Amino acid sequence: MNVPLQHPFRKLPSATGVGYKPQHFQAIMDNPAPVEWLEIHAENYMGQGGRPLAQLRALASKFAFSVHGVGLSIGSETDLDVDHLDRLKTLCDWLQPAQFSEHLAWSTHDSHFLNDLLPLPYTKDTLTLVANHVDQVQNHLGRTMLLENPSSYLAFAESTFEEYDFLDQITKRTGCGLLLDVNNVFVSATNLNYDPRAYIDAFPIDSVKEIHLGGHDEDEDSDGAPLLIDSHGREIVDPVWALYDYTIAKTGPVPTLIEWDTDVPDWTVLADEAMRADTILTQQSQVAAQ
Amino acid sequence: MNLTVSQAAFTKAIMTPTLDVPAGLRDAKGDPAGKRFSVYRNNVAVSLTEALIQAFPVIVKLLGNDNFRVLAGQFLRAHPPTSPLMMHYGEALPSFLQGFEPTQQYGYLPDIARLELAIRRSYHAADSAPLHPEALQALPPEKLMLATLEIAPATELISSQWPIFQIWQFNMAAGPKPKMRAEDVLITRPEFDPQNIVLPRCGGIFVQALIQQKIFGDALTAASTHNPEFDLSQTLAALLTGNAITGIKEG
Repeated sequence: MNVPLQHPFRKLPSATGVGYKPQHFQAIMDNPAPVEWLEIHAENYMGQGGRPLAQLRALASKFAFSVHGVGLSIGSETDLDVDHLDRLKTLCDWLQPAQFSEHLAWSTHDSHFLNDLLPLPYTKDTLTLVANHVDQVQNHLGRTMLLENPSSYLAFAESTFEEYDFLDQITKRTGCGLLLDVNNVFVSATNLNYDPRAYIDAFPIDSVKEIHLGGHDEDEDSDGAPLLIDSHGREIVDPVWALYDYTIAKTGPVPTLIEWDTDVPDWTVLADEAMRADTILTQQSQVAAQ
Repeated sequence: MNLTVSQAAFTKAIMTPTLDVPAGLRDAKGDPAGKRFSVYRNNVAVSLTEALIQAFPVIVKLLGNDNFRVLAGQFLRAHPPTSPLMMHYGEALPSFLQGFEPTQQYGYLPDIARLELAIRRSYHAADSAPLHPEALQALPPEKLMLATLEIAPATELISSQWPIFQIWQFNMAAGPKPKMRAEDVLITRPEFDPQNIVLPRCGGIFVQALIQQKIFGDALTAASTHNPEFDLSQTLAALLTGNAITGIKEG
């Protein structure tokens, strides 16, 4: 992984991408339409060689890539793991992805990695903490990153910022961009009982460089209130498509990713989801061109 | 950083379902979060359990899915991942199984877990270019005995007093019913898919010596001392067909 891969992709196209799964390799190489770019979870490609890296090498000559970290724990109250930053740098320096993104969340405490995206309160202190960590990531990788809004199942009594204001402040302090996960907005708005469109209206839309769409599960809490779980294991529901439509009318065409991480379906099912996003994006591109 | 709900307390409450939900967390009505916290408990337990199920398919088959989930539930709390690289999660499972009371009668389980870990290490190991077999054959025997062989990073060796290769084959490749014997299992990666093969008796001693960069002659002596009938050509063939030899350094 010492020699950077040579490819022409410096920027994600404002088109549809999918979260890459190894079982789709041949289908994507043969007939990817309408998918134009791919996203990988960084941590799955931190081995030393073998099939995972060989597949990326083959795909990178045909597709722009986004590297999406799920293990950096940017919201940790303690220091970032410098070894992990080094691994991310090695991967990015080799693959030369068009974008790198991570989450407004934490996942590691006291060197124990919990393999989930855990929430943090939005206060002046955590704003400084996250901004410092984003600065550190950007300096270490030598590139601008995107930060993604989380799915919320609960809120912190001590929070003093709205999430969109918190994210806006982070972009102003660090120059990072934002990854707007529209499904996460819908999940959080349902779980915490606010209007998802009002959240989109208040979101710092100019900083949005990528959108995520994915499926969620439905449950309810002990009071019988709806509780949506961000599972990435099924089709995107209609209200999320409607919210995407609403969002894209504000942002204009933005690279849009379909995430499907558990119970991964055949390529055709994923391609159908991508087609639906592509239709909305194309309509918006035509509006934007007029 | 002084968080009202410290991440230490949050982590502890996730990993200990009997603990109260940390104070300071709210639901949609502003009441204490209650069941909503269990989403995180559940997400963490399920994602780590699923990772273990993927990583140890033979152990899952041997114990059955439900029993494996019980094992995983205890293991993940005793040994949460220590790195975000989930591809290596479960390194502590062999030693955990050694002390796991409910499966004590299945003495081979820890070695099966070692084998499954080794297969995963091999899958993710660095690529290497194999040595052409003729290069080995072209070397005069007296030079070969003094030479050191370079072994591919994807090569792994698991020696067991149990028939772990047969158990693996029986469960993963519809192999015959395992018969009791000790086995040295060589794992190679000819291209992308790791392959297992049983080495001839004392082949493990020979390969281990090569991996430790002993000279060829010393490796052969070590194996032949334990087994005068040691089958060198079959052991070398296993290494060569597995693309496990990547170079020769003449002594």
